[in-house]
Amino acid sequence: MTDVVTPTPTPASGPARAAAGGSGGRRLGRAVPYLGVVPFLGYVTLFLLWPTYIVVTGAFQDDAGAPTTRNVAAVLSGGEYVDAFVRSILLSVATALAGAVLGALLAWAVAEGRPDGLLHRVVIAAAGVLAQFGGVMLAFAFLATFGFNGVVTLFLADRLGVDLLAGGSWLYGLTGLVVVYTYFQIPLMLIVFLPAINGLRPQWQEASAGLGGTGRAYWRYVGGPILAPSFAGATLLLFANAFSAYATAAALVSQGSPIVPLQIRSALTSEVLLGQANVGKALALGMIIVIALVMTAYALLQRRTARWLR
Amino acid sequence: MTGRRLLRVAVLVVTGVYLLLPLVAMLDFSTQAGGGRRSLEAWRDIGSSRDLLGAISVSLQLAVLTVLGTLVLLVPTVVWVHLRVPRMRRTVEFLCLLPLTIPAIVLVVGLAPIYAWVSYLLGNSPLTLTFAFVVLALPFAYRAIDAGLGAIDIVTLAEAARSLGSSWTGVLLRIVVPNIRGAIMSAAVITVALVLGEFTISSLLNYNTLQVVINLLGKRNAELSVAVSLAALVFAFVLLFVLAGVGSRRDRSRPSAIEKGIAG
Repeated sequence: MTDVVTPTPTPASGPARAAAGGSGGRRLGRAVPYLGVVPFLGYVTLFLLWPTYIVVTGAFQDDAGAPTTRNVAAVLSGGEYVDAFVRSILLSVATALAGAVLGALLAWAVAEGRPDGLLHRVVIAAAGVLAQFGGVMLAFAFLATFGFNGVVTLFLADRLGVDLLAGGSWLYGLTGLVVVYTYFQIPLMLIVFLPAINGLRPQWQEASAGLGGTGRAYWRYVGGPILAPSFAGATLLLFANAFSAYATAAALVSQGSPIVPLQIRSALTSEVLLGQANVGKALALGMIIVIALVMTAYALLQRRTARWLR
Repeated sequence: MTGRRLLRVAVLVVTGVYLLLPLVAMLDFSTQAGGGRRSLEAWRDIGSSRDLLGAISVSLQLAVLTVLGTLVLLVPTVVWVHLRVPRMRRTVEFLCLLPLTIPAIVLVVGLAPIYAWVSYLLGNSPLTLTFAFVVLALPFAYRAIDAGLGAIDIVTLAEAARSLGSSWTGVLLRIVVPNIRGAIMSAAVITVALVLGEFTISSLLNYNTLQVVINLLGKRNAELSVAVSLAALVFAFVLLFVLAGVGSRRDRSRPSAIEKGIAG
């Protein structure tokens, strides 16, 4: 109440202003609460913003630190880099769509049950583990299933005479990545989309039925349009998740670098070619741009969905 | 409507089988001993592999340090923002969700020079990874704590405590923290799962955490890697399952927790 900074001194606030040391002191007093967030801001600056700054500026520097566009040019013109971006994007789009459709279906099936029930708890816990925790371990799960000595491979070979690896070891290449990524996109979709499905009030279904609408009419005119922004947003999130995934690919693919995260791995770990030191940073910058675009679209969609699902 | 119910059961069963298949395969793969016999040798090897035990120890220590670091950094900050500087809320939220846009594989490229400096100052211990892991945990921990704070009327509680003479530290430790215990637990468990499963930054900065060692072992001893992977997955599942139960019980008892907070 006495916090307003007035340009001319007034008698009522005279003593308070004198105590605070004049108008400069009052302005300082207003800044004091902001000091409370300084530790947090300092930490985030040091370990998040500064590395990002290093990546963004390093992409435009050569080995000696002088400004250059050679790294960015190498990424944009170099066949293998552009191919890697294309493959990363295709992989992410394919697994995002597959995961979105299958995950939405699973979310619908789970949402029908009791929110406190055992099934719900098991599914949420399992989805959390498979979606976020997996990485390297899921790669080994799939090696145990479809690898050279995998359970399914041997089963198909012994019982049905089908050689799963006839066309080459697909599991260790892009096809394998599609299969494994879809596997963890489905639980992620479940986690992200389940609140949206739970937000569909049963009264809407009843109202639609009461007005003579069939199940299909409900989904087409009521449920679908309400869920559409959430569904699109969740799909974008799945895209970003697949695009930035590294651990699974690193564990499965040991030769070659078909996707961008693996290109970054080889830029960081292999012998540095002359003049190529900062190509990894240029690749990382490219990734930031793609993901930033996707997350912006996601944020815009989130604002739209919040209207209906309060 | 039996048609709908049938579809629901069918979806659950088919998806359940699809998702469980690799896990069952892991169990089968890690217990096979040739000639159709079963053996628990790979599982017993978990206890005798020094690399693995060392990595498990390192990762568990990292988990504890990261949880402490994240909570100490985030809880006072978020509470302070709610109570004293609401205008910073958007900024803090943006910064906490920023790691979702700067994924680990990108972050590690910029962290490499910074970690050269960190290991010069603090030595070469893998425990210095805590700094990076706290950043990775920020989005998840922030969401949990922010949701927990949003569910209680913290402004009123703080005003009541302050008017009764409590210091700001007292407000934080004796009023706020007991009331958001569920959210703090939630943030802690998610952080533990994140740290135990982290691979990208650890491997590219050349530290031997659990996932890095599992990956390295995989080349030499596939059964052992599969066994310990399955063990870790089951462990994380149990952790999250318990959390899912604690969370729902918390909601039902929320009013009494608030009353407890006001009474002292």
